[in-house]
Amino acid sequence: MSDLQPPVLAIDGLRVEYPLANGSVFTAVEHASLVIQPGEIHALVGESGAGKTTIGNAVMGLLEKPGRIAAGTIHIGGKPFDPAKGSAEGVVLGRDVGAVFQDPMTSLNPLFTVESQLTETMRAHLKLDRASARARALQLLEAVGIPEPQRRLKAYPHQLSGGQRQRVVIAAALSCDPKLVVADEPTTALDVSVQAQILKLLRDLADERGIGILLVTHNMGVVAQIADRVTIMHRGKVVESGPTVEVLRRPRAPYAKALIGAVPRIDAKLDRFPVLGDEGKGRAAEARAMLRSSAERTGDAVDGAPILSVENLCVEYITSGWLPGSKGHTFRAVDGVSFSVNSGEVFGLVGESGCGKTTIANVVSGLLNPTAGRVTYRGQTVAGEGAIRRIGPLRQAIQMIFQDPYSSLNSRMRIGSILAEPILFYRLASSKAEAEDDVARLIEAVGLEAEAAQRFPHAFSGGQRQRLSIARALGARPRLIVCDEPTSSLDVSVQAQILNLLKDLRDATGLTLLLISHDLAVVRQMCDRVAVMRQGKLVEEAPSETLFTAPQHPYTRELLSLVPTLDRIRGEPQAA
Amino acid sequence: MKTLAPSPGLITRIGAPISVMVAAVLALAIVACALLAAWIAPYDPTDLASFELINAELPPAFTADGDARFLLGTDNQGRDLLSAMLYGARVSIAIGGGAVIMAATLGVILGLIAGYYGGRVDAVIMRVADVILSFPTILLALLVSGVARAIFPGAATAEWAPLILICAIAIHEWVQYARTVRAATMVETAKDYVRAGKVIGLPSRRIMLRHILPNVMSPVLVISTINLAAAVLTEATLSFLGVGMPPTYPSLGTLIRIGNEFVFSGIWWIALFPALALVILVLAVNIVGDWLRDRFNPKLRVKR
Repeated sequence: MSDLQPPVLAIDGLRVEYPLANGSVFTAVEHASLVIQPGEIHALVGESGAGKTTIGNAVMGLLEKPGRIAAGTIHIGGKPFDPAKGSAEGVVLGRDVGAVFQDPMTSLNPLFTVESQLTETMRAHLKLDRASARARALQLLEAVGIPEPQRRLKAYPHQLSGGQRQRVVIAAALSCDPKLVVADEPTTALDVSVQAQILKLLRDLADERGIGILLVTHNMGVVAQIADRVTIMHRGKVVESGPTVEVLRRPRAPYAKALIGAVPRIDAKLDRFPVLGDEGKGRAAEARAMLRSSAERTGDAVDGAPILSVENLCVEYITSGWLPGSKGHTFRAVDGVSFSVNSGEVFGLVGESGCGKTTIANVVSGLLNPTAGRVTYRGQTVAGEGAIRRIGPLRQAIQMIFQDPYSSLNSRMRIGSILAEPILFYRLASSKAEAEDDVARLIEAVGLEAEAAQRFPHAFSGGQRQRLSIARALGARPRLIVCDEPTSSLDVSVQAQILNLLKDLRDATGLTLLLISHDLAVVRQMCDRVAVMRQGKLVEEAPSETLFTAPQHPYTRELLSLVPTLDRIRGEPQAA
Repeated sequence: MKTLAPSPGLITRIGAPISVMVAAVLALAIVACALLAAWIAPYDPTDLASFELINAELPPAFTADGDARFLLGTDNQGRDLLSAMLYGARVSIAIGGGAVIMAATLGVILGLIAGYYGGRVDAVIMRVADVILSFPTILLALLVSGVARAIFPGAATAEWAPLILICAIAIHEWVQYARTVRAATMVETAKDYVRAGKVIGLPSRRIMLRHILPNVMSPVLVISTINLAAAVLTEATLSFLGVGMPPTYPSLGTLIRIGNEFVFSGIWWIALFPALALVILVLAVNIVGDWLRDRFNPKLRVKR
């Protein structure tokens, strides 16, 4: 890079404050500094609440009121940023600074065609006429790799796939040749294969057009793959900053070390996830022993025999037609899937969004009836043709943990009553007092304090709620727990804790887990056997280590090669 | 938000504007008067034997020809208007309240069932609701009271008329509850805590009543205040039309109907005072209801 050019972005000693209603001030970002040269991708990483998005918004002048820049300077292309105007002198958002947001579903207006979304900015900022704006829009679509750009110009956002939509958003960000692009979690809402394409596109833009990119993300794999430099933030402060290889391979700050350590590895299986801070042990062990003894009393030993088997499962969704009686479309979400889970193991089901893995979870847990095929639990058919009603012990045996810890606990009930519900319903305790005792032990088993029973769900963080959700599932004394993306809405350090908890519980109580996930690294760390799904079909099933070291099916190999991981860091000499 | 007063009193703590406070006080005052009618009313307006036709159509006490015994004058039977209004307000509020409770109970239950089960159950309940909604409130109420009177001879008596009125009003009002609760229930049913309840194996009735109901109740409370005013008004209209409370046990609406016949003979007070009381009551309850609606709407609440 030429030394004559000023950096596209220079932030020095930035502090962003939010005055609160009670008169105190919340400091979202403190003393943050970073510099982005032309053609450089600078990643800003951290967990939720670290202040990384706040910096992105400050640069774009999009700080939400009453947030304000309290100290420090921002220079965009060498020109100072004026907090009063919300931009640097002569710098216009949309023309000189492009923005790419997280969700391509909502960042395009569904009522406008691709052409009008793209040309709107150009005609406003570059004063182009309709024809030349259109020609330029066409060039941009080609540049971001959209097939048949001529035809796509006339398309509405809903006619495009998620990846194509994000390309259009990037094209719009590039429409006025900005020197700086702020990309806030640009691939978080996308599948790995699409993510890989978008990341490559961003890298090419930086290399070929010399655009500086501020990449806000929580995904270390993404950072490793495309960033030149990285800044790690924690609670509003920069904890470490430097070239990507340097920071990821030899982190110095303890927080940076822990954060990088908590990232699930796809290249090797570890015994446990390294965890940030305290895991809350102690009385937990005793509580787990209780769960184990109750499992033994029911005479349900861990014998490695098949506990759950899914045979030729098909689930169809029928969309209704326009008129009553008219024929709708039939969509096959699950198409002839068979697998079996042995008792005591962790069985993983992976695939991209829409592959049917969650539908299978719903059938197994009894929330959905299959169109064809059946599911048997210890020889008894529980779903499909000839299924017996799931009542009593059979219903107790299979429980579920959900993805979103914020909606999975009833906000109007105390934790104590939520957890006591399955215990009282199945008369697992002889009295109310005994049920309260059980609830206390369940809460301790998942690593929280028994006092939690008195509080409402909103008093807990996402990770704590997920622990409580696990406690509720355990309350019914299940033998099999279906975990539907149990950690995908959690921060990486919390994810590590929850996954360790699930492992510990499995070891202590002999539970069987069916783990549904899109995250291959998580699956490798957790599972004994793995099945890969694609478009409703099972493409490969193998013991976990075999699948990751010697994948057979081309789709599996493709998926594995696309996952951004820490073992391939940009700028690091690769061992052949 | 900063308060100027050194110690925030009740008013600032509730955070309601003055107009709402005034409305709330007025509404409470009218309800209190109605409840205590038997003690504060100077005469018993239901005791027909106590009326004397010589006292009929006396103007209010503060006018030139007024009689000090009758503060707001008398009606065509010689009945003290103030007493009739106090008892009448009691009847109106009881019928309004009864109709709201009945409509809310019916609407919430049907809305929960429709939203939770969906499909055919939902279609049947909501089509019935649509049909009912396509009738004007008054027409439907007239129909119900007319039919009730035809098949049940005692329907027009003071004992049975309130019950018939409550049913006639509730049969239209439950639809609004059902629609609101159904929509909220559909949203809640898709949430994971309800799915968790299903996986645990809880019966549907328990999931609906224990888990979903508390989460859909706040709009119901708000609709109720607004519907209370509407129900009081509907009752008044029905009584005005002659199918409501009998003249021997008048509600506010009955009084207005009686007064209406005399307005053009210069006897204005029989219609005016009950009408005024009704307007104040309905307006006050509506203002409080509106404020409650905004207060319970989280989107409007975050505004500074």
